[in-house]
Amino acid sequence: MSEPAGRAGEQVYDVVLHVNGVLRPASVPARRLLSDCLRHDLRLTGTHVGCEHGVCGACTVLVDGRPMRSCLMFAVSAQGSEITTVEGLGTPDDMHPVQQAFRECHGLQCGFCTPGFLTTIAAFIEENPEPSEEEAREAISGNLCRCTGYQNIVKATLRAAELSRDSPGEST
Amino acid sequence: MKPSPFAYSAPTSLADALSVLAEVGADGKVLAGGQSLVPILNMRLAAPAHIVDINRIPDLGFVRVEDGGVRVGALARHADIEGDDAAYGALPLLRQALRLVAHPVIRNRGTTVGSLAHADPSGEMTAVLALTGGSVELARQGSSRTVFADEFFLAPLESAVEPGELAVSAFFPSPVAMTGTTFVEVARRHGDYAVCGLAAMVTLEQDGTIGQARAAYISVGPTPVVLDLTEAVHGQRAAEADWAAAGQLAQGQVDPEPDIHASADYRRHLVGVLTARALHEAAGRAA
Amino acid sequence: MTTKLFGEPVQRVEDAKLITGRAHFLDDLGHDALGAAFVRSPHAHARITDIDITGALEVEGLVAVYTHEDLTGAAGDRLPLLIPHPALTEPRTGYPLARDVVKHVGEPIVMVVARDRYVAEDAAERIVVSYEFLPPVVGVDNARRAERTVHDDVPDNVSAHMVQQVGEVDRAMAAAPHVLELDLEIQRSASMPMEGKGVYARWDAAEGSMRLYSSTQTSTGVRAAVAARLGLPLNKVDCIAPMVGGGFGAKIMHPWPEEVLVPWAARELDREVKWVEDRREHFISSAHERGQIQNVKVGFDDDGRVLALDVRVWHDNGAYTPYGIIVPIITSTQLLGPYKPGSYRVEFWSLYTNTVIVTPYRGAGRPQGVFAMERTMDAIAEQLGLDRAEVRRRNFITPAEMPYDHQMTFQDGRPLIYDSGDFPASLDKLKALIGWDEMSAYAEQARSDGRKVGLGLACYVEGTGVGPYEGAHVVVESSGKVKVATGLTTQGQGHFTSFAQIAADELGVPLEDVEVVTGDTRRFGYAVGTFASRAAVMSGNAIAMASRKVRAKALHIAGEALEVDPGDLEIVDGVVRVKGSPKSAIPLATVAVLSNPLRYAFDEASKAATQFAVGDTSGPPIGADQEPGLEGTDYYSPVGSAYANGMHAVLVENDAETAETKILRYCVVHDCGPLINPMIVEGQVHGGVAQGVGGALYERMEYDENGQLLNASFMDFLMPYASEVPTIEIDHLETPSPLNPLGIKGAGEAGVIPSAAVFAAAIEDAEGFSIRSMPISPSELFELRRRHAAGEVPSLTRRTATKSAAKRTTAKKATAKKATAKKTTAKKAPTKRRTTS
Repeated sequence: MSEPAGRAGEQVYDVVLHVNGVLRPASVPARRLLSDCLRHDLRLTGTHVGCEHGVCGACTVLVDGRPMRSCLMFAVSAQGSEITTVEGLGTPDDMHPVQQAFRECHGLQCGFCTPGFLTTIAAFIEENPEPSEEEAREAISGNLCRCTGYQNIVKATLRAAELSRDSPGEST
Repeated sequence: MKPSPFAYSAPTSLADALSVLAEVGADGKVLAGGQSLVPILNMRLAAPAHIVDINRIPDLGFVRVEDGGVRVGALARHADIEGDDAAYGALPLLRQALRLVAHPVIRNRGTTVGSLAHADPSGEMTAVLALTGGSVELARQGSSRTVFADEFFLAPLESAVEPGELAVSAFFPSPVAMTGTTFVEVARRHGDYAVCGLAAMVTLEQDGTIGQARAAYISVGPTPVVLDLTEAVHGQRAAEADWAAAGQLAQGQVDPEPDIHASADYRRHLVGVLTARALHEAAGRAA
Repeated sequence: MTTKLFGEPVQRVEDAKLITGRAHFLDDLGHDALGAAFVRSPHAHARITDIDITGALEVEGLVAVYTHEDLTGAAGDRLPLLIPHPALTEPRTGYPLARDVVKHVGEPIVMVVARDRYVAEDAAERIVVSYEFLPPVVGVDNARRAERTVHDDVPDNVSAHMVQQVGEVDRAMAAAPHVLELDLEIQRSASMPMEGKGVYARWDAAEGSMRLYSSTQTSTGVRAAVAARLGLPLNKVDCIAPMVGGGFGAKIMHPWPEEVLVPWAARELDREVKWVEDRREHFISSAHERGQIQNVKVGFDDDGRVLALDVRVWHDNGAYTPYGIIVPIITSTQLLGPYKPGSYRVEFWSLYTNTVIVTPYRGAGRPQGVFAMERTMDAIAEQLGLDRAEVRRRNFITPAEMPYDHQMTFQDGRPLIYDSGDFPASLDKLKALIGWDEMSAYAEQARSDGRKVGLGLACYVEGTGVGPYEGAHVVVESSGKVKVATGLTTQGQGHFTSFAQIAADELGVPLEDVEVVTGDTRRFGYAVGTFASRAAVMSGNAIAMASRKVRAKALHIAGEALEVDPGDLEIVDGVVRVKGSPKSAIPLATVAVLSNPLRYAFDEASKAATQFAVGDTSGPPIGADQEPGLEGTDYYSPVGSAYANGMHAVLVENDAETAETKILRYCVVHDCGPLINPMIVEGQVHGGVAQGVGGALYERMEYDENGQLLNASFMDFLMPYASEVPTIEIDHLETPSPLNPLGIKGAGEAGVIPSAAVFAAAIEDAEGFSIRSMPISPSELFELRRRHAAGEVPSLTRRTATKSAAKRTTAKKATAKKATAKKTTAKKAPTKRRTTS
């Protein structure tokens, strides 16, 4: 935390966030939610906002490898942690197994909730490389999706684990 | 839904934190996990003037087996305690309850001590503290005090933590030998607040008969309701115990409120049903 | 590569961007725009006596505050009545910013524009509005009793009253051997897409033009409305739907107040302005649906054939009627399902309440209609001791009777004529899929063991592909890439892929060479929108037709270039070649170049089209009926809807003690004709079923008697997680529609339509007493069980009846003449269940 920037009104903090392996500075008020900081200050719009009360999970990012709701954290609190957003999981040319699995299994329709699932599942399959279908369904039962009915997301989770096992080293 | 502006401190030592809290008094609110506080701020249901972010204080994330129980620090995340095998060995009820707290992602950030201080009548860990006769250590600048469960939860969303105080740790005593525990609840959806839930503890005598049967309930009162149900099943063999009678005994001692999710009658009914199921399960684990 | 793409489960082309977080939804645009927030009414019904904005003026970062009196021109007019109807005799719409009165919690009163959303909310919080309370009307029952009114000049709270009748219902009812009456209710719910609404506007003062982005299901609709409200010519307004995070109907309603106000403010301030709805706003100021009370009277014969069906519906339309009465009209007409009652009368009253407006939510009135019909079918079966599937079969319209004219008017203003479907075959498939007989036996055995296991079944017909039209533009560029544009929009239905499949097939090009754009008025200006399961039927066909035009032109030009008859040519992998003589070929890219005779070449490829390169001087470079370019535009306009159908079956087990419902199996048989992309269609069914599960067991809007929405958050409005949704088993039947070139029918809404009905049926089967009100929670089921045990709720008679249906039939015949209307009302008014602490 450093000196507040000189601007009439709310106190602003200069923070440096470690996002997707890159140090990113931002000047934010203390109340700036991490979700908004990522999206609007750092222009990483892949993380989405569905409810701002922690229920839907669309805003889920990895903080030091653990999935957390970015709408329930302040950007100023996130300094010092390694944050991974969906953009950091993989690119169109170099996808994370979970991203590839989602495309193969039609695990998304509108795609709005998807980033939250991707980060959650990426972390899950690292901890659980060979989940059962029941375990996969349980793991995704903290994220809301209104489009898919979850069936293909469960499939994608199992497929992601499979892809991960087949090519280790392609994780977050 | 964005929070109102607030002044912000992120102390890097406990002493600094207590100093800030002393200064801001009733204007201050502690931010630990934030999983309960931040939704409230986002919805502008509360607008504390000063947020004291304790996440930078070192050595508060501990989970220790000591003094015949488990002590957890203010920054011990639910997930940390849930995953701690030593803690599980000392008090399985912790993990049994924690796996029902919200969802894993919430548990990655939310803290158990924070949950206790939040004192939600549906918070699973309040029942665990109450049933085990645990306590919370509250520190303020210059002093500290220990508040036991029966005096900690005052009203819905109101705990004994006073302005200027920080709940630095919570202690959950291990039960005596030959005790089995469980946590059982009914929620509308997986991970939701319980419509009715209870932590249950059954202690067997050496001869395998029931020595004690107790339970602490959530969502049926303003604070966790602790009931001794031993009289319904005392001396009976665990395998044939009249758990239903224990359930009925419990039903007669609770006065639940209705809300949009469940009627009072249904909650009371669940008290009976879940008590029987929980005590039966707990008895089965009393080795 | 000659494999057809139509019918293939091709992976979606849009996924790469979406799964890497590189797609743009509304709030991903306009980072430098000002943020907007609204002061919304906290009261269900009140007169505004004062608006004091002085507190807001102190907030640093505030840019502007607007109330109704600030709105200029048509921007301050009442919002439009989108779909007028002769029966809608008392339509009412609101103002973009409330003027004098507010009619529901959430109605916008003051618009605040500031540096960003945080500051805008700070300012909004400081604005003090004073109110004089007016008594609110909440719930259908209160609305129809009309002791209080929502609109002063609508004393009975009825916006519309409509009767449709076919045949002589009263006479047939009186002559019927059996008569039953059912009182039914469905509670209000909502679309609840994961992305709320949002509007982002950019005004170009120099050009006098407005570009707005909206998370909408109809960019052409929004454009037209905004142009009208802002007094701008249509060609000075563009509306683009970016990636949209779900709609499910909530975003077909337009113009939302914010869709008028945000561009208006952008022009006023000459600044970019953006508004992004938060979740609470969505709950209290978007749209809800589903709430109805119904009364069904049915006359039937000993075989269970419906002779007379007399239905009355009281529909809750909320505080205003901007979308007209489409929802209750759909209920009225789609209630018929796959059946042919001897006579039918449906009467509905659409009623005002001081609650959020009601506009279509996936299913759009069909779930309510299906609920009424399917509960009735089950009641008939129950009464006669017949198998529930068999009773339905006996009432089915048969394939031989297609096209079947119900002699009613559908929601598109056209005759309700079923064009296709084989209902007996669908039912056979469903019975096979679930194992109807085995599961019935299983359930019965389980029940005798004390388990509450039940099986349910429900059928529906869905009119899809309503008009008036959709269009498409297809162009082959000189690179050989194909660009397709259609005016309707996309919210996850996979249009970028399924439409590309169609174009690629028609043109003979690889899928990767086709790029589809939807919902952008700059790219295609004539469209209606995405709703009513119409996109594939409408745009799919338009794209096919436009592609065929392009193909014909390509073959013509290639024929001239290769000096062969176009009939001898084929296009494979983007190359036009002589059939059987692949060496005689010309790439489509080159054909595209040749299609535009040039004086000036601009690159290497275009040299081939310049005047000295092209040889033929016998006629003009552009022929009489031709245009330059390898492109085509066409429109598909249907004579009537194409009718899809489906049947669902569910096996549930209710916990004997806690009354929680567990779904053991869920089966769907679905007929939407040929499938463009089976993976996408199944995904649509999965999603619909999940919404159905939510609507049957978890979701409702909890209004209290003051018109406060008690559960305006995801904590208390219970949408299902993966843990609540079963694995869905699907089988398909494909009966093509004769009405459109591709023979396809819509699929978007299918999954959700029969859910209330099928779950009610299964739960009823499990419990042995009637379920007449949905959704149902464990607490409510517990209460019903208690009342049933106390004798207040009657048992299903076939549980206590003797086995022999024949015996029963004989007994019935003997008393038939004396039988009068028999009430089997199982449930009293449900107000009790909404008790709060």
